[in-house]
This record gives sequence, structure tokens and C-alpha cells, in this order.
Amino acid sequence: MEQQLFKTKLRRVLRSGFFGFWRNGYVSLASILVMFVTLSVIGTLIFVGAVLNITLTELRNKVDVNVYFLTTAPEPDILSLQTKIESLPEVARVEYVSRDQVLTNFRERHANDQITLQALDELGENPFGASLNIKAREPSQYEGIANFLNEDSILGSGGEKIIDNINFFENRTAIDKLSRIIDSAERLGFALAIVLIVVSIIITFNTIRLAIYVSRDEISVMQLVGASKNYIRGPFVVTGVIVGLISGLLTVIIFLPVSYWLGGLTQNFFIGFNIFDYYLRNLIQMFLLIVGSGVVIGAISSFLAVRKYLKL
Amino acid sequence: MSIIFDNVSKKYNDDYVALDKVSFEIKPDEFVSIVGPSGAGKTTLLKMLLAEERPTEGKVTLYDTDIHTLTGEDINFVRRKIGVVFQDFRLLPQKNVYENIAFAMEAAGRSEEEIESDVPHVLELVDLGPKIWNFPHELSGGEKQRVAIARAIVNQPDIIIADEPTGNLDPANTYDIVQILKKINDLGTTVMLTTHNKGVIDSIGRRVITMQEGKVIRDDPSGKYIL
Repeated sequence: MEQQLFKTKLRRVLRSGFFGFWRNGYVSLASILVMFVTLSVIGTLIFVGAVLNITLTELRNKVDVNVYFLTTAPEPDILSLQTKIESLPEVARVEYVSRDQVLTNFRERHANDQITLQALDELGENPFGASLNIKAREPSQYEGIANFLNEDSILGSGGEKIIDNINFFENRTAIDKLSRIIDSAERLGFALAIVLIVVSIIITFNTIRLAIYVSRDEISVMQLVGASKNYIRGPFVVTGVIVGLISGLLTVIIFLPVSYWLGGLTQNFFIGFNIFDYYLRNLIQMFLLIVGSGVVIGAISSFLAVRKYLKL
Repeated sequence: MSIIFDNVSKKYNDDYVALDKVSFEIKPDEFVSIVGPSGAGKTTLLKMLLAEERPTEGKVTLYDTDIHTLTGEDINFVRRKIGVVFQDFRLLPQKNVYENIAFAMEAAGRSEEEIESDVPHVLELVDLGPKIWNFPHELSGGEKQRVAIARAIVNQPDIIIADEPTGNLDPANTYDIVQILKKINDLGTTVMLTTHNKGVIDSIGRRVITMQEGKVIRDDPSGKYIL
């Protein structure tokens, strides 16, 4: 009996929420548009976050320390140094480029530059030293790695000098700056996202509150005929949920052509990152997040807005 | 099941006195008209009964309970026992006639079957059967007031409160509405009516409570409108 009554009430609340949405056409439309803007802001911030994140990862991968060896440095010494460096916990990977490889790369790069190639041929021997290309796990760890190289491994097995140059100390300022930029970009982006989301939620909340303000007389009549608080509130919350659902779907659908259009641009700008591919790959999560936000914002806004007009 | 006002006073902002030590008792099945100039406290009196306003002093007893000690769901329970009709109708504009009346029944937790059978029935009673699917803005003033009365009586309340129900109506509609209220009273419902209309009071010929400046100045068992 209790359960029967609950089902009846639920059905009535759903029905009357739907009618409330349908019959207040213009008000509902206005709410949907404002909510659409809010959800677009949320969705865009997710994109921006992703782009930022991937770009930062990309940039981090570009930072490295190069150790250039003298042409006289014996290869076994270099390889044993490589093993040593690889055993450091801060080091992600170490790449060895042999003298021959450097020469080949150089020739390829200057394939169209006959004068340089002729000059190289004049020398008769390979003027290039081998190098080690070291990548750290975190940008902040490069200094430690560079210091290790300075103290420890200047000498080869025969006690002679083998390292010509470590480029970290030249790049150091750039690397330091980059570490700081990466950190503050992440913090600033997060703060900005929070502010934007809060602002747009407040705007949506106020729009829904205005929509319900129109119904304040209705709410007082409902109270006079003895309807319970939840029974009055229910339909408004249902209407809010419908507004959220429709705005969410609208946002998810409109993001498809927009991200497709932006996809080409981003691919050129951020190496290898296509926003459209990203969107398609994460479509289910994006759908749940955007539609879910819409439903939650709609329901909570309606709930709070009606509360203002419920006396008792 | 009497309505008892016991020394009820209501002050606003400490200086404006809307009701001043009002006491009277209304027996079941009575038809009581409350008359008096604007600002005499008639509407405040009715709001007390609906627990919309709390008295500053004194108490209002209904079902042997001081209704201002009630909260939440208990107030709703009392309100479902009281049907209210207003001068400005207060229908739900987004709902049609059927839904307006059904809403009061839904709020009282009645079943779909009851609603489907009672709503047309009560609309016949106020002579409004053909307009069942119209919306309020498609009705005349007299028709709106009949819908409001239908809504007020559909839950078979013990009391009907009518606050200037004929204030916005022409003489013909006024007469009809009064006849409907009398019919409801004859079926055993207590009716409390406030009005400015001398003709209405004289045609009813029942008990009249006259108020002025928040006080009851006259209480006639079969009164005329005298001021």
C-alpha cells in the first residue's frame, strides 16, 4: 500500500514536471540556452586542460641533457658511462649516438649543401664526437644528473679526459624557466577553471530561480491545498533535470562539429594532438560528465529555488 | 468539531494591530459571514485558521487542537480538511480545469480512480462540466470562481473558507456563487465567508460577525449588513 502510494506520487511528480517543462516553453528554452553555455564552458575547460596537459608532456619530453664526447674518447668508456647513468633513479632513458651516426645525420641534414659536404670530405676523417642523450623523469631532476656527470665521470679508463661539453649548463636557465612555467600554468589553469565553472553555475542557478519566481503564486496555492513540500518541489526538480538533460545532449552534439573544425588547427599547432580524435576517444566520459553536470546543476538549482517560496 | 478563536491578537511591527482580542466560536454546519470595511482584519482572521499567520496572543482551536502548535505535515493535514476560495481565484495557470482540481486530490494522496470519478462529478455540481479541458485564461471570472469552489470542495472538507469570493464578479455570477455556497452548507460543511457586499449578506440571512479595526463589534445570529 505504502509502496503503491509512492509509485503513484512518483508518477504524478514526473508527469507534472514534464508538463511544467513543456507548457512554460519560453522559460524552458531560456534555461536550456543558459545551461548550454555553462556546460560548454565546462566542456571547453576539459579540452583546454587536455591540450595543456598533452602539450606540457610533449615539452617535457623535449628537455634533455646532451653529453658530447671528445673524438678521442673510446667507445667502451662511453658505453660504461651510459650504463652508470641509466642506473640513476632520476633518469628515464639514455640514448647513445655513435660518431658514425652523428656523421650520417650531419650528411643527411646538409644533403643539399655541397660546400659543407666538400669541406667535410677535405678533412678526411670524422670530426664529430659521440654523444649521450639523457632524459630525466622530471624537469627538476636535470641539475642533479648534470652535477653527477661533472664530478664523477670526467675521466676515461686510461685517466684521460673524454667529455668535451655538457650542454645542460648552457640550457640551464631555459630549463629552469620551463619548469616554473609548467608548474604555474597548471596551477593557474586549475584556478581559472574553478572560477569560470563557479561563475557559470551561478548564472544558471539564477536563471532557474527566475523561472521558478514566475511560479511563486502557484507554489503558494499548492501549499494552501495542503500539498507536502516534496510533492510541490518534485515537479520543479524534474523540470530542472529535463533542462539539464537536453542542454547536456545539445552540448555533446554541438561539440562534434566544433571539435572537428578545431581538430585541423590544433593538429598543426600542438604536435600530433587532434582535438576531434581526443573527443571521439573520450566520448563516453565526456557525455557522462557534461550531461551529468547538467542534470546535477538543474536539479540542485531547482531544489534551492523552490525552497525560497516554501513557507511553513 | 468547532472553530474557536480565543482572545486572538495579531500585531505587525509592534504598533499596527490587525486583530485585537478576537473571540468567538463557530459550530459545525454553521454558515457565518464576516463583514467589515477593508483593513478590519477579516483576511487576517482567515489566514490564522489556515495557519498562514501566527497570532501574537491567544489561540485558534480546531479539532480540539491549537493549530499553531502544529508543524509540517500536520499543518498540511489540517489544510486538506479546509477548502479555500479567494477573490482572485488563484488557479494554477499552467494546468487545465481538470488538473487544477485533480491537483488538490493528488496533494491529499487520493487514488487515480477516485480522481477520475470525482472531478467530473464535482464540476457538474458547480455547473461547469463542458469546460473540463479548458485552461484558466480561457474562462470568465464566474467560471474561474466555480473551478476554485470545485477545487475547494472536492476533498470533502469540513470547512469552506471563502475570502470575498464575489469581489470580482457581476451580480448574476455573485448570486450563483452564493447559491452554490449555500448548497455546500446544506450538505453539512461549515462555511466562513467574508464580503463587502450588502446584497450577499441580506440574501443569505444567517449569522453575521461584524468587524472594525481588528475588533468584533457585532455578532448577530441572523444578521443584516449594518455599518
